[in-house]
Amino acid sequence: MFEHIIPKYNYWIYITLMMIGLYAMISKNNLIKKIIGMNIFQTAIILFYVSMGAKRGATIPIIEHSQGHGIIDVTRYINPLPHVLMLTAIVVSVATLGVALALAVKVYKRYGTLEEDEILKKIKEE
Amino acid sequence: MKRLALIVVVLTGILLIYATVDFPPWGDPNSPASRHVSPRYIKKSVEETGVPNIVTAVLADYRGYDTMFETTVIFGAGVVCFFLLRVFKRRPRKERLYRHLLTGLVIRVREDMEEELDLEEFERIDTLWTPYDLILKTVCRIMIPFIQLFALYVIAHGHHSPGGGFQGGVILGASFILLAISHDLRSMLRRMKEKLHAILCAVGVMIYAGVGAVCVLLGFNFLDYKALSPLLHTTAVMARSYGIFIVEVGVGIAVMATMIWIYNNLSSEGRYDEGL
Repeated sequence: MFEHIIPKYNYWIYITLMMIGLYAMISKNNLIKKIIGMNIFQTAIILFYVSMGAKRGATIPIIEHSQGHGIIDVTRYINPLPHVLMLTAIVVSVATLGVALALAVKVYKRYGTLEEDEILKKIKEE
Repeated sequence: MKRLALIVVVLTGILLIYATVDFPPWGDPNSPASRHVSPRYIKKSVEETGVPNIVTAVLADYRGYDTMFETTVIFGAGVVCFFLLRVFKRRPRKERLYRHLLTGLVIRVREDMEEELDLEEFERIDTLWTPYDLILKTVCRIMIPFIQLFALYVIAHGHHSPGGGFQGGVILGASFILLAISHDLRSMLRRMKEKLHAILCAVGVMIYAGVGAVCVLLGFNFLDYKALSPLLHTTAVMARSYGIFIVEVGVGIAVMATMIWIYNNLSSEGRYDEGL
């Protein structure tokens, strides 16, 4: 079984990044650190999808001038679909980051602090 | 609590690594992701749309409906930031800081003075630690037009090189944010007023949906760009290429306006008088 896992070392990197982001989201106290953890998680997902479209010895998916009118060899160009899907994912992650930071500003204005345990204490006292 | 989180995270990581037994090896041309729809896109992109950049062709033509809603999502994020943060009441800040240009002295004006001081030798600065740096201001003023030119190049050359609407729009927005950071927020607001960039955001989304609606009015499907060929007097293949370009321009405008809008709302806490 291990000879199936160990050659795919690229997936180890993405899983490590995902777990770092997940740990930051769960266990950090500060709201901004949780938001940064969410961003790390999204970056790991984007890397994972883009790596699924790679092909050995292939070039970027822009058809060169000389190849434009003949039969196009599919194995010479990497898969463009994950790149397209991840463009959407990057834009959505930027939008989510903007809204999350706006919510953090509102929380700070209301409670005066950004630490999660202090906010929970202040909510209980009301 | 943190130890429990660490154990959970490590267990999830081990489970995910065990799941990679079934994954295809890295760089395999016969992986399942590259076998079904993707060879058709690679082979037929140039002869059907006339655009060599397959990513732009798939993004704006084959999967154009998805991209339209993505543009709507980023417009929605700008609107949400506006509704959450914007305050219109002119309650002045606790203190305003003015710097004397010749000597570098900074004076504080307390909150009981309502109106803006308009003294000739004083400039209003945002925070106490803003340095008066002539080199920074001059270099940014020289570089910003070139950054904008490069952004327009990236939008226009989305057909033949990596680029397109989203990338160029972000660079355009970043050039305005550079102006806001190197000078102050009010100089950027003098050049790009709030009403203008809020309306531009909606105009970008409307260009995209408008192109789709024009295609429906001419009798074809929504976002089927070959309907534009009698309007533009070209063949059906070139009409798709021009349709992709118009749509990318709309996306670029929307993304630029949203970047500026979110930055304005966040950095001035909705009041639009002082920035970072």
